[in-house]
Amino acid sequence: MGFDFSLVIPRLPFFWTGTIVTIETSALSLLFGSILGVFIGIMRVLPFKPARSLAACYIYVIRGTPTLTQLFFIYFGLPALGVNLSAMASGIIGLSLNSAGYIGEIVRGGIEGVPSGQWEAGRVLGLSYQKMMRFIVLPQALRSMLPAIGNEFVTLIKESSLLSTLAITELTMVGQQVRSVTYASFETFIIVGAIYLILTTVTSMALRLLEKKWSVM
Amino acid sequence: MIRTVDLRKRFGKLDVLNGISEHIEQSEKVAIIGPSGSGKSTFLRCLNLLDIPTSGEVWFDGKNITDPRCDADATRRLIGMVFQHFNLFPNMTILENITLAPVRLRLKSKEEADRAALALLERIGLADKANAYSATLSGGQKQRVAIVRALAMEPKLMLFDEPTSALDPELVGEVLDVMKDLAMSGMTMLVITHEMAFARDASDRVIFMDGGLIVEQSSPDVLLSNPRHARTRQFLQRLLQEA
Ligand SMILES: Nc1ncnc2c1ncn2[C@@H]1O[C@H](COP(=O)(O)OP(=O)(O)OP(=O)(O)O)[C@@H](O)[C@H]1O
Ligand SMILES: [Mg+2]
Repeated sequence: MGFDFSLVIPRLPFFWTGTIVTIETSALSLLFGSILGVFIGIMRVLPFKPARSLAACYIYVIRGTPTLTQLFFIYFGLPALGVNLSAMASGIIGLSLNSAGYIGEIVRGGIEGVPSGQWEAGRVLGLSYQKMMRFIVLPQALRSMLPAIGNEFVTLIKESSLLSTLAITELTMVGQQVRSVTYASFETFIIVGAIYLILTTVTSMALRLLEKKWSVM
Repeated sequence: MIRTVDLRKRFGKLDVLNGISEHIEQSEKVAIIGPSGSGKSTFLRCLNLLDIPTSGEVWFDGKNITDPRCDADATRRLIGMVFQHFNLFPNMTILENITLAPVRLRLKSKEEADRAALALLERIGLADKANAYSATLSGGQKQRVAIVRALAMEPKLMLFDEPTSALDPELVGEVLDVMKDLAMSGMTMLVITHEMAFARDASDRVIFMDGGLIVEQSSPDVLLSNPRHARTRQFLQRLLQEA
């Protein structure tokens, strides 16, 4: 049996739009997920028990349930509460909330990894908790977190393929559609896989560069 | 300048400070010596509320700073502290280390703070390191920067917790020189130290602590060469043998 890319090649622009959607949804989810994740991580170490418990609970639920279930809950479940979100909004919110849980845990670890002497040095200078967190602890924590954050970014790009189940025409969905008209399944998913590989490789390379730049300091 | 009234500190079931009432005058240099675990660090940390005393009072500059209504952050701005392990901020340059607090607490503009920091670095001979990161400095240089970082807040009192204990012997001298210089300038200083030469040459008074109490204190010549208490003698003898 031979492989025939001739059916698939004319549909490359189609793959391209899917790739753009994958990049957009991943990037937005990464952005929101990172912002929320930093908050969750900070809450997790706050000298205020209710905040810590709340954040711990959040992380527990997010990490203990499948991403797909979380997406379905938001898209199919929330309308029961009168919350009707488009597939795209559900997808981005779902992935953001999901990655926030994982990033929150990474941030907690990063903050706790900063030696207590750094806090003490800030305290004896009369800095408030907020200022110490912002200028002394978080910058050091972020630097040590970078490799783990990189992994999380790569994971998120791959998990964005779950959005195909909400009929969002991201890369995997495009693959499904191309396959169903051309029947060239092998060729189609080789291309889809290669594109994902490029996206994840570029992302981890960019983060590794950032790591290197920061480690010089 | 700073006064404690029956200061006590307990960690869980461990009584670490058992009632310390002491008074340090303006411009006085006081050395604190004593065996490991005697509560020296805890005493110092209670003075700037890094540790909250279990009971008793600390009066600084005419104010009861152990009163919960007193702003601990504001008090700490006036009390500098230097640690055994320097604790420089590795994510900042030396200059940023020194100017962070004055600038972020809006005590000085960026330009003023930079100028003051450079003058201080000049004084300790490290002006050329202003834009270096702390990882590139030797231990002695780090500790000198840590001292200057505290001084940039223009404190009224300086606390030192074994500032030379983590240093290689050949780097101790340069740090002690900076401290002697500071002592000469009239700063009020409280120094926990194992450097008996420093206690002898640079302090007005030596306090010997054991078991969370001040066992005895007097001028350095008397305390170091002619202590009254057996425990002090034992401690000094052991120190001599180790040296
Ligand atoms: N945060 C803390 N929690 C529990 N125990 C503590 C704490 N800080 C100090 N201690 C205990 O209090 C006792 C006195 O400690 P401290 O550090 O004041 O002694 P020190 O005289 O400074 O000793 P060293 O010469 O070893 O520095 C020690 O037994 C120590 O284990
Ligand atoms: Mg100590």
